[in-house]
Amino acid sequence: MSVDAATVRRIAHLARIAVADNEIEHLRGEINNMLAFVEQLNEVNVDGVEPTASVEDMKLKMREDVVNDGDYAKRVLANAPASDDGFFQVPKVVE
Amino acid sequence: MNAPTRNPKLLKGDKHDWEVVIGMEIHAQVTSNAKLFSGASTEFGGEPNSHVSLVDAAMPGMLPVINKKCVEQAVKTGLGLNAKINKKSVFDRKNYFYPDLPQGYQISQFKHPVVGEGVVTVDMQDGSSFEVGIERLHLEQDAGKSLHDQHPSMSYVDLNRSGVALMEIVSKPDMRSSDEAKAYVTKLRTILRYLGTCDGDMEKGNLRADVNVSVRKPGDALGTRCEIKNVNSIRFIGQAIEYEARRQIDILEDGGKIDQETRLFDNAKGETRSMRSKEEAHDYRYFPDPDLLPLEFDDAFVEKLKADLPELPDEKKARFVKEFGLSPYDAGVLISERETAAFFEEVAKGRDPKAAANFTINEFFGRLNKENKTIEESPISAAQLGAIVDLIADGTISGKIAKDLFEIVWEEGGDPREVVEKRGMKQVTDTGAIEKVVDDIIAKNPDKVEQVKAKPTMLGWFVGQVIKASGGKANPQAVNDILKKKLGI
Repeated sequence: MSVDAATVRRIAHLARIAVADNEIEHLRGEINNMLAFVEQLNEVNVDGVEPTASVEDMKLKMREDVVNDGDYAKRVLANAPASDDGFFQVPKVVE
Repeated sequence: MNAPTRNPKLLKGDKHDWEVVIGMEIHAQVTSNAKLFSGASTEFGGEPNSHVSLVDAAMPGMLPVINKKCVEQAVKTGLGLNAKINKKSVFDRKNYFYPDLPQGYQISQFKHPVVGEGVVTVDMQDGSSFEVGIERLHLEQDAGKSLHDQHPSMSYVDLNRSGVALMEIVSKPDMRSSDEAKAYVTKLRTILRYLGTCDGDMEKGNLRADVNVSVRKPGDALGTRCEIKNVNSIRFIGQAIEYEARRQIDILEDGGKIDQETRLFDNAKGETRSMRSKEEAHDYRYFPDPDLLPLEFDDAFVEKLKADLPELPDEKKARFVKEFGLSPYDAGVLISERETAAFFEEVAKGRDPKAAANFTINEFFGRLNKENKTIEESPISAAQLGAIVDLIADGTISGKIAKDLFEIVWEEGGDPREVVEKRGMKQVTDTGAIEKVVDDIIAKNPDKVEQVKAKPTMLGWFVGQVIKASGGKANPQAVNDILKKKLGI
């Protein structure tokens, strides 16, 4: 599997990363190298093997339905570039 | 996907009739104290960003831990939808950017949902019913809320809803008219409320629908569909479908083709319109969330939930028909809410269920609707209503007086039996007293007496006069008998 320049642009756009035209070719090479490296795994026969979710023998931990967090709007907003009256402010987005 | 033409309620076109095909994705907020993956409150209407933990705000290093109650609620709902429960399911990341989604992805379930296929039986007003297949139910996070009217150039974001658990319930394209779609949402809402897994409050946005609409010539393959996003009332669902189906038919009849797209319903204008910003094809790049292991539980977990299920609407309705001899329609009205069904059962206890049902539906529900009150807000108790039904049954008051009595008890309260006693509302069955009134009416109306001898149906006029003269208290049967005797008919 390998990607072309258009796919690199698309991935960058989906990730909202600005990529200049003169960087595309370099990135395409890097991504293709990574894909080729990972592709070696295709040589292993995994017929009948369940996908591994964790290498530890662990089950998903669950919490009880208890409210024990929150109620600190100031902390939540502490790093916001802009806020007003308890809300985050962002450049206007309207449908 | 297979979507057979069924009992089609066709829409008229210029060239031929059209069949509307509808499927729905319902987002139902899970009833829980805390959010799906954090310990912040789910309570509605807090100060902005107060019901937000650092997990919900997606601060670096925060990890999700699933709320067991939300899993139980999803499984319970699956059981209520007669659906397959998947003992192993997987959480995935659905990646997109929007200011009210701080993680940059929504934790959802894509390939392996917690609940698989099921079925809902939907009852229509005319007494017919049909089935809607359930494709799947999965758990996911709600997003935050954006406000656009607070500032000329900025949007305001409140994350209180961010991370609240939702169940997305996906139906098969099994509905064929706006009425069927409305009836399906109504039924689903009833089931969720019986189960206590979602309060179904559409005004608060706790139940909302994405509606998929397409049209076709009956028997043809499925047409291209449009998805109408986030419709938040049952009435609007109906309006959106009517508008959208007509829009698609007009395009097709003009020789055009339908673009598969996401649309919004503008309830002020009653029309749907394209969401241009989402024209770009969705590419969510789902992948399993590495922060969460698969969700697994055993049979015992499911069995325990199954054992605790309440009697569901379909079972209750069947029981009301079988045990109480009610019509399916009346039974359907009584079971529409768990609370109304319980109220009725208390009224019916030890009484004639049909009489209890009639009075409960016609007088009591009628009055609640008129005043826009819920059953919890009723000023009248089941015991008081039952006492009125008793007073009719034992002949103490007539059906007509019962309505007046109901009015008094509703407005002023009190023990119905005492009210009847104090206000002299008892039905007159004393033949002597009635005879006096009858004699009086006959004496005053010699012309009518002549008429009734030729035309016995005139008797109704006399009955009316006598009852009116008695202030509605004369027993109609006694009046009838005495009149017949005196008039010799």
